[in-house]
Amino acid sequence: MSLTRLIAVARKEVLHIVRDARSLGIVIIMPVTLMLLFGYGVNLDLKGMPIYVYDQEGSQQSQDLLKHFQSNEYFHVARVVDNYPALTRALDDGSAKMAIVIPWNFSQQLGAGGQVKVQALVDATDDNTANVLMGYAEAVVQGYSFQIQIAWLRQHGIAVQTAPISVDTRTWFNENLESSAFIIPGVLALVMSVIGAFLTSLTIAREWERGSMEQLISTPVTAMEIMLGKLAPYFVIGMFDVAVCAFLAIAWFHVPFRGSFFTLTLASALFMIVVLALGFLISVLAKNQFAASQIALLITFLPAFLLSGFLFAIEQMPLALQWITRILPARYYVSALKKIFLKGTPTAMLSADLVPLAVFAIILTFVATRSFHKRLE
Amino acid sequence: MPEAANSVVIENLVKKFGSFVAVDRLNLTVRKGEVFGFLGPNGAGKSTTIRMLCGLLKPTAGRAAVAGFDVARDPESVRQNIGYMSQKFSLYNDLKVIENLRLFAGLYSVPAKQLEERIAWALEMANLKGQENLMTRTLPGGWKQRLALGCAVLHRPPVIFLDEPTSGVDPISRRRFWDLIQQMASQGVTVFVTTHYMEEAEYCNRLALIFRGKIVALGTPSELKHNSMKGELLLVECEPLGPALEALQSAPGVMDAAVFGNALHLSVEDAASSAPKIEAFLRQRGLAPGKIEKIRPTLEDVFVSLTTGSAAEAPTQ
Repeated sequence: MSLTRLIAVARKEVLHIVRDARSLGIVIIMPVTLMLLFGYGVNLDLKGMPIYVYDQEGSQQSQDLLKHFQSNEYFHVARVVDNYPALTRALDDGSAKMAIVIPWNFSQQLGAGGQVKVQALVDATDDNTANVLMGYAEAVVQGYSFQIQIAWLRQHGIAVQTAPISVDTRTWFNENLESSAFIIPGVLALVMSVIGAFLTSLTIAREWERGSMEQLISTPVTAMEIMLGKLAPYFVIGMFDVAVCAFLAIAWFHVPFRGSFFTLTLASALFMIVVLALGFLISVLAKNQFAASQIALLITFLPAFLLSGFLFAIEQMPLALQWITRILPARYYVSALKKIFLKGTPTAMLSADLVPLAVFAIILTFVATRSFHKRLE
Repeated sequence: MPEAANSVVIENLVKKFGSFVAVDRLNLTVRKGEVFGFLGPNGAGKSTTIRMLCGLLKPTAGRAAVAGFDVARDPESVRQNIGYMSQKFSLYNDLKVIENLRLFAGLYSVPAKQLEERIAWALEMANLKGQENLMTRTLPGGWKQRLALGCAVLHRPPVIFLDEPTSGVDPISRRRFWDLIQQMASQGVTVFVTTHYMEEAEYCNRLALIFRGKIVALGTPSELKHNSMKGELLLVECEPLGPALEALQSAPGVMDAAVFGNALHLSVEDAASSAPKIEAFLRQRGLAPGKIEKIRPTLEDVFVSLTTGSAAEAPTQ
């Protein structure tokens, strides 16, 4: 191993990056764009969902129920209408996610001590949202229903507690229940997949395509020096981008950061080595920039997006997929990131994530070094 | 052990790609300080041989030593001692002239103390002084070629391999490039160069003509011209040329016929006795031949005669 040769390769690689607008854009603009996109664009919180209400009765009591919906933060009563077709149209064109119909005999039935059914029409295109909305609607109606019961009992001289049992909830780790706190740490994994695998997948393939590889390997530089020299600049860039993303997450999006920067750096460095080795391996095997970049996106970016637990909880996936996620390095990094940011888990307690990452790093580095030979065949 | 007198020693070298024999039991010795030309049509095995000599391809059989080091067993020592210019221009276009030179100086571990001096020397040699900060992409073809040569010899290798170094370069730049090659050879550097330009072959001390993976002729340019042709050569002027060529290919006593410029070259047993017969043969077919005379073969004649000749004799593949 010669440091002179390694530095010569690394310096040339830096010049390639600096002189290529596309690479430079990916290095500088992409991390910030992804942060803003996921920070602002992706919101899994269901708040202020638009609903329409058709109050057939228009009595004091039906208006009371309406007010309960209006005062609930999860609903936004977009319109109160006076006919059925208006509801179906609103559900059709998406201006309402749910429609509530209060029947014409609402107060009459209540007064008579009978049971009244309030109709809820739900747009269940997105089953998850529909489930949540139904749950919220039920809670609103039940709450109102309970009030009426208590009022009735008191009227008849029966003393009752307001609510015999209630749950006293305290949310930990993400106290304000904001999905951005859950999502944003995972963006780091996406950014590093792009920098590490996508950009590096081009480096070796580019040299084969342009014919410069033949010149390069005719010199005494070793395969290991080429690999390390080429990857070193991307490692530095990747770690710099981690710092930028972490800064944005904490300072701009106010995601809690309770862990240590040392732990964050350690986990990120391990994951960076994994994606760099993967990108290098892909580049060596593909020998063609287009194929290499496609493969890199397919086996690093997409799994990091879909299967890492970044947006979708792994525990909710079918069992077969859950098993597949175990061979995805991104899964362990995302898991570590969420713990480091929100829980402040110390390094020693992150072994379930860090050990698999280290194992991936060692195996992939070994395979990558073995895959690249200084021969033309 | 370095074999002092010989820079390249090739013994029964074979390279197969699958069932295709690219290089077929090659034997060759190139002496120190020689400008050795490797001549042959495309696909003859020139680049494959040169790549094996640079340790970039593993020989299927046989052995080769460059600067005393075995190319299969010790490719790293070979690489320390050679400069190589691959077929297409393969420096980095997005690097400046000086950055390409610094890169290769680093790759060849040129010591820091000598770095500036070596780079200045390479710039001087390549006539690129004052152009250090030009982007390599913007250089004309001939300049790029000289820069590539400069990069390949920064570490003063005793042997340099040039694979069609002047293809796609204008004649004046080509001439200048060959001046550089001669200059290096005069300093004791061995130059192994492939080409398919006949006039370049004349600049070489010795030539090997390679065809279908085999050496079909070996010697100095004048030896090749005198000894390698079977029979003698007739120049025939005739208008129109096409029908004359067609007719003469089947004429009695004509071993080979080919177009050279605006005339035909025929190889025949004996020029003096054939000339009148050829004239009669053409007139019989209503063609009016002009001058018919015996000429001395050029390298191109030798090249054409040997490559078409052995094609007919030994259809190997």
